[in-house]
Amino acid sequence: MAKKGEIKLLGTPASHFVNRVQIGLNLKCIDYEFISENLGCKSDLLLKSNPVHQRVPVLLHANEPPLIESLLIIEYIDEIFPDVHPILPRAPSVRAHNRTWAYFIDTQFFPLFEDLRQSPDKKGEEEAKIQIREAAKLLERVFVECSDGKAYFGGDNIGYLDIALGCFLGWITFSETLNNYKVFDETISPRLVEWAKKMRSHEAVKNALPSHDALLKHYSMIQYIKPPRTA
Amino acid sequence: MAGDKVKLLGFWGSPFALRVEWALRLKGVEYEYVEEDLSNKSPMLLQYNPLYKKVPVLVHNGKPIMESLVIIEYIDETWKNRPLLPIDPFERATSRFWAKFVDDKFVPLIIKMSSSTREQKDKVAEEAREVLKTLESSLNQNKPFYGGKILGFMDIAVAWIGIWAPMLEKIIDIKLLDEEYMPLLNTWFRDVLEVLVIKECIPPLDKLLAHYKDYYDRFMATKSN
Repeated sequence: MAKKGEIKLLGTPASHFVNRVQIGLNLKCIDYEFISENLGCKSDLLLKSNPVHQRVPVLLHANEPPLIESLLIIEYIDEIFPDVHPILPRAPSVRAHNRTWAYFIDTQFFPLFEDLRQSPDKKGEEEAKIQIREAAKLLERVFVECSDGKAYFGGDNIGYLDIALGCFLGWITFSETLNNYKVFDETISPRLVEWAKKMRSHEAVKNALPSHDALLKHYSMIQYIKPPRTA
Repeated sequence: MAGDKVKLLGFWGSPFALRVEWALRLKGVEYEYVEEDLSNKSPMLLQYNPLYKKVPVLVHNGKPIMESLVIIEYIDETWKNRPLLPIDPFERATSRFWAKFVDDKFVPLIIKMSSSTREQKDKVAEEAREVLKTLESSLNQNKPFYGGKILGFMDIAVAWIGIWAPMLEKIIDIKLLDEEYMPLLNTWFRDVLEVLVIKECIPPLDKLLAHYKDYYDRFMATKSN
């Protein structure tokens, strides 16, 4: 088990990629030090640790060089602490399936919410919401396939895809409230509705998801830096 | 493994299909190669990859795997002889990071450059060179290949640049793999592409050049209409 102070995580509470790593560390019962970054004024430690992208999360483990990219960090902690709460499935074909869908979540699902935020008008908003619901329908099918009747993508326990998608649950609630719609609903994605409830109440997840205030603060900053497109 | 049925759906001109072939050949896996006509995708491709409808797709005993880097990791985990990824978790994470970095940063710029006007292309080429420069900074000049003396994941994930970059330089009239500023990268690609099992997979360079030149010329013709 990692000793206290051996693992440090550079991050911001409202970043779902940071929350992803926090969920992973929580599941593994790893003690870590959270170093909060102000993304408007990045620290020397962050710039030195991640000169390539200059963004969070960054994992610092003992004397190893910094590790970046949330999904790679998840795989890393799963490999160095294999005996506590395995995250990736064992079978290579299932691992490949998981990795493919995590890639879909990052490159196809999450960006839809940015499209919604940047929509210049009501028509654009409605189109973005349709795309989100279509993607949710797809993720429902993936959930049914992966969960095999159980509570999580990973089966009985939280697994890789639960973490990949579940880190975004704070932002999903925020987006739903702000835009008056449902991402997962009883008609098109009933299993994901149940899954989201279970995830939000799980100790490892609820302690990682940001507060409404943290989300609002981050949202306001993004609205200012990258305002919505004009019609 | 005896009795395995392995099929690779690919396109001869795709660097992503090529790197999967490199992985299969390094592992000594027997496979059936199925050439796809990307202008007329087969029902088999659409059935095996309904999400992205792209090559490469590896079909192993009827189960499809897509996304070339995911496929290469699957190959490494399924056929355990001759490991591609390093054993050490930190080095594995680093290999995965740089492979992803190239795919996320360099590939979109190549696509952008192939569809840029003459005025825009120099700026995009500059950005692409910066990405390569960053990759250069990760190399160790004492090691012929990324991980040492044996070809591994990083080498087969990225070496396609050593073929495609010089080709694009000829077609678009830009500089990418600058020998003076990226000596380690140039040496690395040259060394990887000389390895027999890698070399014998590479499509004929004149055919590749003609294919991409044709695509680029047709694009430029539509731009000037």
